[in-house]
Amino acid sequence: MRSTMKLVLLAALVFGLALPCYAEKIVIEGSTTVLPIAQKTAEVFMQKNPGANISVRGGGSSVGIASLIDKTCDIADASRAIKDTEMEKAVAVGVDPKAHIVALDGIAVIVNPANSVSALTRQQIKDIFTGKISNWDEVGGSGGKIVAVSRDTSSGTFEAFGELVLKGAKVRPDAIMQASNQAVASTVSRTPGAIGYVGLGYMSSGVKALEVDGVMPSKETVLSTKYPVTRPLFMYTNGQPQGMVKEFLDFVKGAEGQKLVEGLGFVGLK
Amino acid sequence: MHKLREKIYRWIFSALAFSCLIFLTGIVIVLFKEGLPVFGKVRLFDFLLGKFWYPTYDPPEFGILPLILASFWVTIGALVVCVPLGIGSALYLNELASHRQRGILKPTVEILASIPSIVYGFFGMAVLAPFLQDLLRIPIGLCAFTASLVLGIMATPTVCSIAEDALSYVPRSFREASFALGANRWQTLVKVVIPAAGSGISTAIILGMSRAIGETMTVLMVAGGAAVIPKSVFDPVRPMTAAIAAEMGETPMGSTHYHALFAIALILFSITFIFNIVAELISRRYRLKLGLGR
Repeated sequence: MRSTMKLVLLAALVFGLALPCYAEKIVIEGSTTVLPIAQKTAEVFMQKNPGANISVRGGGSSVGIASLIDKTCDIADASRAIKDTEMEKAVAVGVDPKAHIVALDGIAVIVNPANSVSALTRQQIKDIFTGKISNWDEVGGSGGKIVAVSRDTSSGTFEAFGELVLKGAKVRPDAIMQASNQAVASTVSRTPGAIGYVGLGYMSSGVKALEVDGVMPSKETVLSTKYPVTRPLFMYTNGQPQGMVKEFLDFVKGAEGQKLVEGLGFVGLK
Repeated sequence: MHKLREKIYRWIFSALAFSCLIFLTGIVIVLFKEGLPVFGKVRLFDFLLGKFWYPTYDPPEFGILPLILASFWVTIGALVVCVPLGIGSALYLNELASHRQRGILKPTVEILASIPSIVYGFFGMAVLAPFLQDLLRIPIGLCAFTASLVLGIMATPTVCSIAEDALSYVPRSFREASFALGANRWQTLVKVVIPAAGSGISTAIILGMSRAIGETMTVLMVAGGAAVIPKSVFDPVRPMTAAIAAEMGETPMGSTHYHALFAIALILFSITFIFNIVAELISRRYRLKLGLGR
């Protein structure tokens, strides 16, 4: 009796240890902006497919693409399209990067509802966040010091804003730095002179979104890329995806995956 | 048998006591190991006195002077709040309060100490900051002033309870001698009791400072987070602790930024370490002077 139990336990142990080895392993690496999408979708995907074993790492778009070229990852997350130089490198080693858009990142520029300004150009927003403009009357408002509210410089939202609006210029050192989209929105909603930016998913009634270059941010204008502070988010694979990688990408791009994407504050593809 | 048991107990408890030392050594080793590599990339001078903190730009700038100044700025602000409040309440508790008042006040101060810092942070962010913003007509309530106020309130229980202990250590004979010489209560307090408890009170202030400078959640939520050298008390600031907390989660491991955050932690640790040593030295010296040596 006892020995049977021992045997069962042993079998269970061996089986339990061996099981993960047989699971198909997918390594995802890259952009910290896409990281939450990859993590969340991988988590749900693994629940549904116990055979799948997905490991997700950050590191940045460049790191992800470099790993794809080195064949140390199966999927590279990127918040930008692959660069020509990277493409050349890939081709040289026989890697064929294929882009899959998994979500859109739309960033709304927000002010306090009491603010009379309702539209700005990208240049004006850039000047505000870099410190060239520091009073609302310089952009047609009713006067008063502008309080610039930014995300922390390591966040993905900051990275996107920096790339699409600031174009690499440094944000003024006296900008208020907040640790989350939520905190930016709540600071702006309580501060009459504030301007901030949040992912489209974090808009609330307490803040007012501005037209940027004449376009109001919305799901539609982001999807049609008319709204200028928009960028697609990619997952790159080597050649056409196959097997478990294909199943995973189909899941991410499908209805369920896109619902998760929207839940994270990004704009879904549909 | 009995002896063996005693030996085992002795062994267990010394292991427990020395585990503290292991933790401390471990932390110090990790801080040095992870923090020092940054100086291969950034010169120590540029790191400590650089005016700009742009860790994620290309090329990055790793100047932590704004962060160091911000930490000291809010700590000094906190002292302005917690020293009068803490020592004033300690004096009242020890010298003037009736038995009943003491029974109510002392636990209240202790409860104040047990409130989690995130609750203070939340209170500062949601209640105090908007209130001060309207009251003082400042552009934004999330600034050094608000952070100092909240930190000061948080450090008050520390200052109060240590100062109170110090006052209670003053031997009865000191007071009796003073009264016998015809001094009144006020004279006794100012000329005898406070000087006698001076070391303990200084210790209380330094430990209060230590508490304020190391506090993280509150400053992260309330101080505004702008890495700028503060020019007024109403400027938003980014103390060292807030920078570490906000950035560590999204920093690639092993990058210069990652090592820079450890280097900040190392500096912060050194500052609080010095504070604690000074506090210990002062209290030891004066205790001996009073003939209260342990």
